[in-house]
Amino acid sequence: MALARYLGATVFSFARYLGDLSLLMKETVQGLMHGPLHWRLVVRQIYEIGFRSQLVILITGAFTGAVFATQTYFQFSRLQMDAAVGPVVSISMFRELGPVLCGLMVAGRVGASMSAELGTMKVTEQIDALRALGVHPVDYLVVPRFIAMLVSMPLLVAECIAIGIFAAYLLATQVLGISEAYYVYNMLHFTGGRDVAMGLIKGIVFGIVIVFVSCHQGLNAREGAVGVGRATTEAVVIGSLFILVMNFFLTMTLNIFFPAGK
Amino acid sequence: MSSIAPNREVIEVDNLVQTIGGQEILRGFSLKVYAGETLVLLGRSGGGKSVFLRHLIGLMQPVSGTVCVEGNPISSLTERELAPVRRSVGMMFQNGALFDSMTVADNVAFPLRERGETDEEIISAKVAHALEMVDLHGQQTKMPVNLSGGMRKRVALARALINEPRYVLYDEPTAGLDPIVADSIDVLIRRLQRKLGVTSIVVTHDMKSAFSIADHVAFLHEGRCYFYGTPDQLRASTDPIIRDFVDGRSHEEP
Repeated sequence: MALARYLGATVFSFARYLGDLSLLMKETVQGLMHGPLHWRLVVRQIYEIGFRSQLVILITGAFTGAVFATQTYFQFSRLQMDAAVGPVVSISMFRELGPVLCGLMVAGRVGASMSAELGTMKVTEQIDALRALGVHPVDYLVVPRFIAMLVSMPLLVAECIAIGIFAAYLLATQVLGISEAYYVYNMLHFTGGRDVAMGLIKGIVFGIVIVFVSCHQGLNAREGAVGVGRATTEAVVIGSLFILVMNFFLTMTLNIFFPAGK
Repeated sequence: MSSIAPNREVIEVDNLVQTIGGQEILRGFSLKVYAGETLVLLGRSGGGKSVFLRHLIGLMQPVSGTVCVEGNPISSLTERELAPVRRSVGMMFQNGALFDSMTVADNVAFPLRERGETDEEIISAKVAHALEMVDLHGQQTKMPVNLSGGMRKRVALARALINEPRYVLYDEPTAGLDPIVADSIDVLIRRLQRKLGVTSIVVTHDMKSAFSIADHVAFLHEGRCYFYGTPDQLRASTDPIIRDFVDGRSHEEP
């Protein structure tokens, strides 16, 4: 009975959380349609999200591509399938590793910073000050971050994938001794627009998830510094879990429209 | 005390009830504020004065009861519908609530820019004037983090006043200020009332300030309006709760 009650409460609070996120999305769409657009803030957020994530994304992409190429080579070389390393790495980077790892890194770096900034504004009454001045906090704080994320995330994912594939190519051809011609030919032959589309769509969805989860946590922060810390941690944890779980469902759904290897 | 006689009601609060964390903070608080007057709201710390003030611009939704500003029941409006009402009100928060990512000038200019003012010359002239009013001339480029508590409050006051609102809500405007600056804030509140006919609602503990600026005084006690009258009536009151507050007596043995 206690277990049933606990499960019921958990499901109920999760449903309420999803409801809150939906309301925030609705306010954001209303803000996009009716509210004043703060272009200066959009540009600043593109700088914060896109430009300041460069190093993190480049390192993530490069080392993931390199290590994935190495592991694939170790297994495939036993079966005399060295030349398959190129397409395996490229398709995996496009369809899964690029968007997921980029999403997780952005959730950690950008999601945490969004949540902490908005949370601090909440507990120091700055959000109430915005409201008191007749400015809707969603229009001023969430909409610019949302637009900036829509611009930045596909670019970051593309960059992560590209650097991963390039690092894998360098390692495979220069260190592991796979023939350059076979590597490139096979990679281009098996990788298509469907893989690019899947990677970018996932990236955009993950970006949207990060913005709403982080802004929701920040806007609902309570109880001073402790509350801001909690909101920040939860933004990263919830954002990352959403990305991992949604990635599974996105893969299953998008595979219908963009089937792999056809 | 001001010489402007109160006339028509502009803010009417009826039977306001608010609960925070399961505790009933306001238990049927009713109050009327008249055009052009300065109303001082007194009460003990944690008694719900700031909570009450937040209802006047819809920052909090009441559990029950109504708040009408110029006849509009604002407690039933949505966040977007409240924006025009809020633009006619200036609010000075207890700790300033300055935007800490902006300079003093950008903080004060914020309401102007949000209302579509793009001429930087007009903005900077108005900012300089507003800062001069609160005795902070030449502090435009400082960041809020580099200001003292009193200076933050005065910047917040400049920000609240820059758009010449019809109503100004002050949450503890003189708390934590030295007596001279506190008096200058009182003088400013009176000047705004006389020159611009601004209606002010001031939440304070500062009895000197209350007697100096108030046309009417309301005393919030146990979630209700325990006393409402002129400062002279407050001074003459023999009610023990009022007397203890006015005279600052705790009845505790040393």
